This record gives sequence, structure tokens and C-alpha cells, in this order.
Amino acid sequence: MASAPSKLYADDVSLVVVLLDTNPFFWSSSSLSFLQFLSHVLSFLNSILTLNQLNQVVVIATGYNSCDYIFDSSLDLKRSLENGRMPVMCSSLLQKLEEFSFKDEQLSKEEPEGRIKCSLLSGSLSMALCYIQRVFRSGALHPHPRILCLQGSPDGPEQYVAIMNAIFSAQRSVVPIDSCYMGAQNSAFLQQASYITGGVHHKPQNLDGLFQYLMTIFAADLHSRSFLHLPKPVGVDFRASCFCHKNTIDMGYICSVCLSIFCKHHKKCSTCGSVFGQAQSEAASASDKKRKTPET
Amino acid sequence: MNNGGGKRINGGTEEDDDEDDVNGDLDAWERTYTDERSWESLQEDESGLLRPIDNKALYHSQYRRRLRSLSSIATAARIQKGLIRYLYVVIDLSRAASEMDFRPSRIAVIAKHVEAFIREFFDQNPLSQVGLVTIKDGVAYCLTDLGGSPESHIKALMNKLECSGDSSLQNALDLIDGYLNQIPSYGHREVLILYSALSTCDPGDIMETIQKCKKSKIRCSVIGLAAEMFICKHLCQETGGIYTVALDESHFKELILEHAPPPPAIAEFAIANLIKMGFPQRAAEGSMSICSCHKEAKVGAGYTCPRCKARVCELPTECCICGLTLVSSPHLARSYHHLFPIAPFDEVPPSHLNDPNNKLQRNCFGCQQSLLNPGNKPGLFVVCPNCKRRFCLDCDIYIHESLHNCPGCESFRHSKPVISNEE
Ligand SMILES: [Zn+2]
Ligand SMILES: [Zn+2]
Ligand SMILES: [Zn+2]
Ligand SMILES: [Zn+2]
Ligand SMILES: [Zn+2]
Ligand SMILES: [Zn+2]
Repeated sequence: MASAPSKLYADDVSLVVVLLDTNPFFWSSSSLSFLQFLSHVLSFLNSILTLNQLNQVVVIATGYNSCDYIFDSSLDLKRSLENGRMPVMCSSLLQKLEEFSFKDEQLSKEEPEGRIKCSLLSGSLSMALCYIQRVFRSGALHPHPRILCLQGSPDGPEQYVAIMNAIFSAQRSVVPIDSCYMGAQNSAFLQQASYITGGVHHKPQNLDGLFQYLMTIFAADLHSRSFLHLPKPVGVDFRASCFCHKNTIDMGYICSVCLSIFCKHHKKCSTCGSVFGQAQSEAASASDKKRKTPET
Repeated sequence: MNNGGGKRINGGTEEDDDEDDVNGDLDAWERTYTDERSWESLQEDESGLLRPIDNKALYHSQYRRRLRSLSSIATAARIQKGLIRYLYVVIDLSRAASEMDFRPSRIAVIAKHVEAFIREFFDQNPLSQVGLVTIKDGVAYCLTDLGGSPESHIKALMNKLECSGDSSLQNALDLIDGYLNQIPSYGHREVLILYSALSTCDPGDIMETIQKCKKSKIRCSVIGLAAEMFICKHLCQETGGIYTVALDESHFKELILEHAPPPPAIAEFAIANLIKMGFPQRAAEGSMSICSCHKEAKVGAGYTCPRCKARVCELPTECCICGLTLVSSPHLARSYHHLFPIAPFDEVPPSHLNDPNNKLQRNCFGCQQSLLNPGNKPGLFVVCPNCKRRFCLDCDIYIHESLHNCPGCESFRHSKPVISNEE
């Protein structure tokens, strides 16, 4: 960015911030190994950089204990194939990734068993948005930013509020969040993120062809995207997390004062402190109403 | 900037052109004042080029003052906000509303800003409902019933803007009192009256009506467009509302938008309650099913009630089969940053950056911007009190004003702010 502010950015120049899920708990159980996954992703990133000279790629690792930047193509001055075999980009990315994974593992402490082994998506999303704001600040001319989440870990319900905050901030600055989900169950967070920000969500059927999915769906710049027939969402999972146990729920109780979500009835709102007075009668009247209609 | 020959008629125009980028929203006459002593805002950089002085530090200190005042309010008491509001907007369509002291007319200005207000209202008050009432020829009409869709209100209003006859506060209040008595006890009842007339032509004793509103706990606010009236002031005082009189259009806009954020809940006004709600899933685009609300076969996305699996077309709504209130959870989540605000970051004097004992984080944790000023001089930066990560001033502002997450806290597993787990 700092190197050439006078570059002419056309509407098809992209900045892709890729959030790479490195959660070892997921990759150890996945049919696709992490190394195979990386080879798909590296080819994809290379393709984006070669699609347009001015395209920029930033990679942030979404780890289990931490998140960090592992690659920024604007810092990589010589973007060339050196000594034939491996582009400089790949070697620097892989080296940073190795350092990151090592540090991430060091941070591991014993976790209570039974918790969902999620990765810190809320952290990497927040970092990506900060980076994109910096690009917006850099001047009137900048590449068109978008975020691509390559996620495999299940949703961490305790990140619900943070992820929703990030989604709304992305929506306000018109940054689409694309997502490619490789886990078993589909991710409600990523479906909502892509739906609300106008991005594309896709869950590949066959992970062996990951590179093809990435290229055909996520490689095109935002301008060209409007001419493509992209996969339509197969529904959006709008479930929320309760504030009391961090469970994902599709039905729950809502505090009328602060709108906190709870999975079961409480006497007092743990968020705003309101005491729920006539809760019983209200619940009764609601069920009365429900019964009345069919009987009479 | 393309300074074509045509623009170069005099030197002044050219300068203005260049200014446009910086002072785009100032008027020409204002610009001459901001340009005064403009040479003082220049400094020389290392290479001897003139560049504008960094106003960042100044902006940042302003922002921090704002943030401090906000957080002191928030921590003083976790203010309870009445987030479920039932608001009737009363629009005076009497003869006085067609007067042209506001341009092009009072009613045109009212209509324009009511539209903006309704959109803003629903953005800030998910689950709340608005209804529109008009007063014309001394009679109050209900233009739209309480509802959660901004579009239907705006459409109805734009079709009904003819003004005639007298105005009657009492008729409007009586009508609304009847409607608002039916809403659930946890809702906040509010009336916002946009009053153009200087009189009220009532069939009975308006004081009785005001007492009735007070008893029904309806908070009445009035924005006058002409001059202050005793009866309006009395009404607002009695019911706990706000009475203001607009001086001009921009003042009116300001006054009406002040009613969009939720007012601090007064405990006796609404009883806190737990409401059972469902978060339906959105069906696939292009899927076909019979909706329960219109009883029609429809192609396209709808929502599925989590309890009875009936299909409904729009949210928020009440399931017509099982009666469950159905909302879209992202809609609720828009207000959560009020509940879990992030702590203000601590300002750190630049000298700390060169301290060799300090853990070396020379880039902003959020955006990777170097925390060193050009010329490798350490600049001002901030530190999150929870995760101790360092951020640049720009990220500080973005994080607190738009993102509402600390990237540092979010990307470290054990430092997550614990949302209380108590029952
Ligand atoms: Zn719970
Ligand atoms: Zn509450
Ligand atoms: Zn329908
Ligand atoms: Zn139902
Ligand atoms: Zn920053
Ligand atoms: Zn922090």
C-alpha cells in the first residue's frame, strides 16, 4: 500500500483477506489432511495474485488458542518464482504458518472436556476488519476488499456476540464475507455472516476438489461476480446462542428489557439485572391462547 | 484532479477544486474561514516536502473524551433500556401544517423526516412497533396499525399528505389510548406528536384525557413546529415526555431523531418479562411450500417455525399455527454491543515503545500498521487493559465505534471477557 499510492485501481482489483482455520482438533479428524488443504489453498492464492497484477492477498491464521497474520502480499516485494520450484510467497507463508502453529500449540492448556473444539473465528474476523479499515483509510483509491473464511471447526457458541458484532460492522462498511465450510455440520455463524453481508457461502460436497470449488466460486472479483451464476444458499440457519450456557438454540426466552437470550426460564436477567415479575402469568396466557384456538 | 481550461477562469476556482477533497461538506463561505492561517497546519517531512500536520492526535483526544463520557454513563448503573417500544407517531394535518415557513411546506418537511425517523427507529429498536395517526378537520384517524415493517408505514404516509381544518389533541390522545391499552405489559407505550397548529379544538376536557394517558403510562412527547403551547408542555410534563419546538428544518431533524434511541426505562413504566421466542431457519431460495400466513403456495425463501414447522413469509411475526413469536436472531443481536461494551483502551506514552524490556510489538495488533511514526520515531498508541495488545489510534476508534470487539481479546482463548454464568 505504502509503496505505490498512485496505482490505478480499477473496479476489478481485489484485496482478499483469507482466514485460514488451523485448528488441529478439526484437521486431525477431517478426511482431507491439513497438508492437502494447504496445497489447494496455496494454488488458489497464487491464482488470485496472477489474475491481476494489483490484486492483494492477506492470510490470517484462525488458530485454537490464538490468531495471527501469516502472509501479506503487499509486504512481499518480489512476487516471483524463484529457483523454479516454489514461489517466494509459498515459502514465506509456510514458514510463518509453522511458527504460528508451534506457538499456538504452546499456548494450549488443559481444557475442560466436552467443550466444542472451535477455533477463534471472532478474533480473525475482527483482525481482518481492522486491516480492511486501514486499506479504506489509505486513500480514495484502494482495491475492493472482501473476506474469505476457510473454516472447518464447528461454531463456538461463546463467540456468538463477538461474531455478530463483526458481521454488522462488515455490513456497515460493505465488506462481503465469503465462506467455504469444510466441517461435517454446516456453520450457522458463517451462513449468517455471508447472508447478512452479501457474500457467498458454500459447503463443498467433495473436499478432494476443493481447489475447483475455490476457483469457480471465490476467485472472481466482486465486479465480475455479478455476472456469474453462483450457488444459491440452501437456507440460512438463524439459530442463536443462549447467554446462560452458550448453547445453540432455536427457541428460547428473551429479556424484554435488554433482549438477552436464555434457553430456559430464569427469575432474574443476568445481563441487565431485571427481575421478571409476571413471567408465569405471561407464559400461561401464551399457552392459553395457543390452546384456545383449536378447541373452540 | 483534472483542471481543464474551462475551470481556470480565475485562480480561486482552482483552489476550491483542490479543497473539495478535504472540506467536501463545507459551504464556500465556510471554507474561507477554515483556510485562514492555513500555513500553520503545514509541516516539513524528512525529505523537505510540505505536508499537512497530522491531526490524528487531536481527533483522537476528542474521541477519547467522548468515549470516557459514554463509559462513565454506562458503568454508573447498567442502565436499563426499554427496548420493546410501542410508539404512535401523530402527524398534525390541520391547516397549519400547510404553512410555508418551512420549505417547501411544513408537511413536506415533516413527511421527509418522519420517513428517516421510522427507518432509524426500527434499526435501533428491534422488536418494537410503530403506528401512524393523523389529525385532520378536528378528527383523529388511524393511518396504520402498530406494526414492525417500516415500508408499509412510509407508503401509507406518503399517500395521505393533504392538510385541512383544525387540530385536536384530545381526539388523537383518546384514539391512541384505546389502542395502547391492548399491548402487552412489558412494552413501553409512547406517543410522539408532530404539532403544527397553535390551538386544539377539543370536544371535551383535555385535562381529563391527559390524566388518563398518565394513568395508562403512556409517555407523550411533542415536537412543535410553530411556537410553544402551554397544553403541550403540560401534557409532556405530566406523562414524562419531552417537549421541544423546532427552529428550522435541521433543528427539526435533530429533534425527531432524538426519539429514535430507546429512552431509559423507568421501572414502573414497563414490567420486565421473559418472552418466549423462536428463531426460524430461512428456507432455501427457490424452494416451494404453502405459507401459513397467506395460505398460498409460494416459491422462494420463507422461514420455518421451530416449534410447529409451519412456513411463514416474513419476520418478525407470530406463528399463526402455534402462536410462538418468531424473530430473526440477527435482528436482536444488533443491540448486543450495548450490553457488553468493551473497556476503553489505555493511552501509552510513545517512550514505552523503545523500552527494550517491553515485549516487542511494534505493529498494531489489529491492522498491522507500524506504531512508529515516519522516521522511526515512536508514535502514540493504546493498549487494551484486558489482553495488553497494542493498537494504533485509528483502530482504537474503529474498534470502539463500529466493531465493538477487541481483536486481541477475541484471539486469545483464556482472556475472553467472561459473560456471567450465574443463573
Ligand atoms: Zn442456556
Ligand atoms: Zn435483561
Ligand atoms: Zn405468507
Ligand atoms: Zn409455529
Ligand atoms: Zn491499527
Ligand atoms: Zn483486548
